[in-house]
Amino acid sequence: MTKRIGRYLPAALVFVGVLGLWELAVRAFGIQQFLLPPPSSIAAAFVEHFDELMTVGRNTLVEAVGGLVIGGVAALVVAFAIARWASASRALLPFAIAANSVPIIAFAPIMNNWFGILNPLSKMMVVAVLVFFPIMINTLRGLTLVDQASLELMRSYAASERAIFAKVRVPNALPYIFTALKVSATLSLIGAIVAEYFGGARSVLGQFIITEAAFFRFANAWAAIVVASAVSIAFFLIILAIERVAIPWHASARIVDSS
Amino acid sequence: MTDSVVRVRGVDKVFGIGADKTPALQSIDLEIPKGAFVSLIGPSGCGKSTLLRLIGDLTQPSAGTIEVNGKTAHRARVDRDYGMVFQAPVLFDWRTVQGNVELPLEVSAKDRAGRADRARAMLALVELSGFERRYPWQLSGGMQQRVAIARALSFEPAILLMDEPFGALDEMTRERLNLELLRIWKQTGTTTVFVTHSIPEAVFLSTHVAVMSARPGRILEVIPVDLPQPRNDLTREDERYFGFIKRVRERLRGRDVVRPGAAEVAAS
Repeated sequence: MTKRIGRYLPAALVFVGVLGLWELAVRAFGIQQFLLPPPSSIAAAFVEHFDELMTVGRNTLVEAVGGLVIGGVAALVVAFAIARWASASRALLPFAIAANSVPIIAFAPIMNNWFGILNPLSKMMVVAVLVFFPIMINTLRGLTLVDQASLELMRSYAASERAIFAKVRVPNALPYIFTALKVSATLSLIGAIVAEYFGGARSVLGQFIITEAAFFRFANAWAAIVVASAVSIAFFLIILAIERVAIPWHASARIVDSS
Repeated sequence: MTDSVVRVRGVDKVFGIGADKTPALQSIDLEIPKGAFVSLIGPSGCGKSTLLRLIGDLTQPSAGTIEVNGKTAHRARVDRDYGMVFQAPVLFDWRTVQGNVELPLEVSAKDRAGRADRARAMLALVELSGFERRYPWQLSGGMQQRVAIARALSFEPAILLMDEPFGALDEMTRERLNLELLRIWKQTGTTTVFVTHSIPEAVFLSTHVAVMSARPGRILEVIPVDLPQPRNDLTREDERYFGFIKRVRERLRGRDVVRPGAAEVAAS
């Protein structure tokens, strides 16, 4: 236990130090609240608006998770199809790559129009499109970048394509998929909040930040940003935890006794 | 010979097409009797691995025929007559040792109930009892290769094909695994084809050593090694053991002066 504390102590000290300097700087140089509120004001705003912040944070998280699920499932289906059937690869891959070059966030107003500005689905779709490509391409890489010797081994057993897929390609792809999910966790929250800036229900992080900023209540906006960061980190950690349980054999999860 | 398990006749293998054509193997004839332990030895690029892969139907000959157990090599592969061991262990990280050994049994959907017992018995054969639940990365290189051998034998293949299986191991581990392999071979009676570039290893293990030349790959001579069985550490100090090593070495060195047809004369 003391070892653990020792490990996190430097980072904690830096964190506290930065907050302290920030507070001191704001006071010493008389920086205006609307430019940079001191941490104490942000903390006060956080406490004061705690219930509302929790609500908007949860609503945005639902959009992010929903979008990640929609985009992730679509990405997995397309990647599996492309890896399994060469014809699917020729038909779909060019579009998938072309779609990646599109600045997806530009679609946000269109999604609002399609699914309704107050409907969380419009934000989910932005997130879904945003996370589709990284998940699809990483999954595809994992399914196809298989050790040649493994394939020969399976061939020597006269294994069917289906068996090779289930026993070699899919397990091989799992670490790639989790890598993509970890990236997408952060991405999904960015997507959701930016999509909310284009309009949406009042009770979401993006709209909360816009409104509070418009009324010069910057401490509240900053408190919302703290919530957004915390939600993003939590989302990432949850996926990390699932990864540790799902693929304990992977190099990233191996327990090395070096303390 | 009617009891030949493998019969290679007039096989050529050419890689590439057009101007890039490289002949890898030329007029290969080879008969492997049942229960034999045949080593393929030769310099790099002599096509010994290619010949092994041809027998295992992992690549196709450009000319000639390969018969295995009276069937085509392809039929034999589909019938799961081959156990393969490569230079790298090729174990799956996501499977335990036990799971890796069970893999071919799963693929062939054979013996569902006895699968776990069978895998355990195989691990006992390679002296890895107690490591069933470990993951491959928790084992040393030599142990990983023993798992690969257990896996190759788990479904009782008619032929064991080994492509420099101990090439990446240190000398001491290699010698120990040689002894172990011989014990397993004695115990199971599996016909074995073994690719190596180590002359002492070939002589120590084999009942027959097929000496090959490079570019194009040909079999110069098949030398029967009639050292007494079972072989052990004493074999390595036997006068005749060194005699065979010398003979294989000379044959490898003299590859330019010997015509392929003259092989039998030199052998006697």
